[in-house]
Amino acid sequence: MDAISALAGGMLIGLAATLLLWLNGRVAGVSGILGGLLSGTRGDRGWRAAFLVGLVAASAPYLALAPAAPDLRSDFSRLGLVVAGLLVGFGARMGNGCTSGHGVCGLGRLSRRSFAAVLTFLLAAIATTFVVRHLMGVA
Amino acid sequence: MSGHAGLSGVTLSALASGALFGLGLAISGMTDARRVLGFLDVSGAFDPSLLYVLGGAAATTLLLFRGVLRRGRPLFADRFGLSDARQIDARLIGGAAIFGIGWGIAGYCPGPALAGLGVGSIEALWFVPAMLAGMTAHRLVERRMATAR
Repeated sequence: MDAISALAGGMLIGLAATLLLWLNGRVAGVSGILGGLLSGTRGDRGWRAAFLVGLVAASAPYLALAPAAPDLRSDFSRLGLVVAGLLVGFGARMGNGCTSGHGVCGLGRLSRRSFAAVLTFLLAAIATTFVVRHLMGVA
Repeated sequence: MSGHAGLSGVTLSALASGALFGLGLAISGMTDARRVLGFLDVSGAFDPSLLYVLGGAAATTLLLFRGVLRRGRPLFADRFGLSDARQIDARLIGGAAIFGIGWGIAGYCPGPALAGLGVGSIEALWFVPAMLAGMTAHRLVERRMATAR
């Protein structure tokens, strides 16, 4: 059941990315869209804001109402969250993409850069999770 | 007149795409950082969900992007805004590594963190402002390096 909802959710994400490319010619990379909203030019901000509003507005009722929706974790170290947020924001902009831009869209275009980025951030994340959970003992 | 219609088409399609994206994130369970870390923690109780999500998404784009790109131009814009960068350089790998370290600490990447913000996840309220600060910090560093050059 979990595998089916994970696969179905993933296909919806892929369809969302296809829709944005087909209609607007844009890559559905969340960090790129958000980063462009922070730094971009005025005429370029409307569609970025609309995408992000849609993302938040559609996930909220599902997470709030669906019986199958997970209870979100709420007890992780605050310092850990801040450090993680800083690194994720900085790294995603520096590497020109995150899980959605390089992962969902880049792999679909068979981009060599995106393959390299996905491999790098997966390995870095796996190593980090090991260190944080098993060597530092943070759950 | 047509310019106005084009603008609203762009905005509405971005809204629809974002909504579908958010729904996909929520249904797949990726807003739950424990499941993400369950995949990344290969030595713990392994949870393969992330692989199914990423696999399902990438298989869909792999199947459909080709047909979209063959059309030559998108429906509401003059051209595709795709990066034509080819080089695998230190900036790409370094950025991806920094991103991966941050992802591995708490289990949040940008999409799920923003989705969490929508349901008032207390963790997202800490993570997202820090992420915006990280993005801003990168822009400032880049600007400084551009003027120093």
